[in-house]
Amino acid sequence: MSAIDELYQATIVDHDRAPRNGGRLAGATHHATVDNPLCGDVITVQARIVDGAVQDIAFEGRGCALSRAAASIMTTMVQGGTPDAARRLATAFEHFVQSAPDAAIPEDLGDLRAFAGVRRFRSRRVCAMLAFRTLMQALDAGT
Amino acid sequence: MCAREWRRARLREVALDTEALRREFPALDTPVHGRRLAYLDSASTALKPRAVIDAVVRVFTHEAGNVHRGVHALSEAATEAFDAARDEIARFIGGRPDEIVLTRGTTEAVNLIAHSWGRAHVGPGDVVIATALEHHSNLVPWQVLCAERGATLRIAPVDDGGRLELAAFAALLDDRVKLVAVSQLSNVVGTIAPIAQIAALAHAAGALVVVDGAQAVAHLAVDVAALGCDFYAFSGHKLFAPTGTGVLWGRRAVLAEMPAWQTGGEMVAAVDYGRARLREPPHRFEAGTPNIAGVIGLAAAIRYLATIDRAAVARHEARLHRRLVDELTAQRGVRVLGDPEAAVVAFTVAGAHPHDIATIVDRDGVAIRSGHHCAEPLHHRLGVDASVRASLAHYNDDADVDALIASLARVREVLS
Repeated sequence: MSAIDELYQATIVDHDRAPRNGGRLAGATHHATVDNPLCGDVITVQARIVDGAVQDIAFEGRGCALSRAAASIMTTMVQGGTPDAARRLATAFEHFVQSAPDAAIPEDLGDLRAFAGVRRFRSRRVCAMLAFRTLMQALDAGT
Repeated sequence: MCAREWRRARLREVALDTEALRREFPALDTPVHGRRLAYLDSASTALKPRAVIDAVVRVFTHEAGNVHRGVHALSEAATEAFDAARDEIARFIGGRPDEIVLTRGTTEAVNLIAHSWGRAHVGPGDVVIATALEHHSNLVPWQVLCAERGATLRIAPVDDGGRLELAAFAALLDDRVKLVAVSQLSNVVGTIAPIAQIAALAHAAGALVVVDGAQAVAHLAVDVAALGCDFYAFSGHKLFAPTGTGVLWGRRAVLAEMPAWQTGGEMVAAVDYGRARLREPPHRFEAGTPNIAGVIGLAAAIRYLATIDRAAVARHEARLHRRLVDELTAQRGVRVLGDPEAAVVAFTVAGAHPHDIATIVDRDGVAIRSGHHCAEPLHHRLGVDASVRASLAHYNDDADVDALIASLARVREVLS
């Protein structure tokens, strides 16, 4: 598989074409908006956290295939879990994205494993991590 | 000889030997991801010819002293080459050596004007005009200056083709306007601004004119006297010279009245513990040890350009640019931004983000820029958030255009 095919795996293209949990969220308790200075892209993440659980989460904004797919997959994985679990996932994903291109791919990253290819594209790691960084800001800031 | 034969003979005579030209640029010899490099990003930074690389190596090998400070051999050799460089730069754009301020680049040149001339001449209620085409480097310094001085920044509009609307610009002029900032060749839409007309209108209103020549200087024959502007700024690195070099040309009478901005060594005539007497321009604006090797490299780039047929280069670039624009326009889903006139073409591809496009074509050896190219407001004016941009220099050829067009097909394949 070429580096490009590894980067734009079917899972990523699928989430880019048909993002899950896109749009605005009514009754959000937490939100944040972050710019990607590399390209002027911007993403907003909203979450509704009740009784220590992420009941609902949504994102909207403009971005490349990598940032949109990462946001989409992120929402599917943190929904229903605790904010702490979301933070742990963000940290694990960030380590993964910054690891050596041929390092082992952690099992517990679920669909985020599709981002293995971005490890060969230094300038694009920031695109992959944008959504998680936005979510972390939302969790830190509240509404 | 019939007319057709004559035309053919003439074409042969003026055709540019791009193969020979390309051999002067070592970076073009280095494969990228195992592919022939199609370098279509010269508007970001141009590749360097061997003559420039050799000049820089020579400085560090034989002329490694500081300038204007020592009496030893290395210092004298460096000083001689450095001072000669300023003369060559002046001749290149039709100015005088004492009108050439050496800077780190266009950005520093514009900031110099804003800090020095701007703070002395722009006050509450005054107006600065920038065009809607400007690169952030010829916009943000004016935003900051106006905010600091209680002045107003007006934006001269462009039409959908990315051309300055001259009548609307003229309507913005009144006696409160102190300065007009305009780029000669847009780094996004590739349109050429009518500087002489703009300068005439601005001067009639009592305003000075700053021209951002960062893109223009590598593609158009620049003569500051003919342009009629008051300041002309450009970077060395887009002119095949080292990064960290730039030029601010300023009309002698304007420079002479300007206060210092950065201060320290090199820019003073005499100093005691209480005060300093400053030197005349251009040295007044050049505090500290300059980028000696870079400036000598810039002179080498100018000498290199003098060895090639600039008229043939202009024809070659114009033909290749036309072909690039036509081929892109014919692609399904491609939208070319504005009506590019020279050197650059920015475009979008439906369903593909510019960063994804640039990443994918890079693996085919095609280097293009993605993002907003430091012109975010202009992108919004044209109704897009970002674009990809292909830009040309004389070392580009048809194979480079072919490589980009072929790789765009790959983009569609990967992203669907």
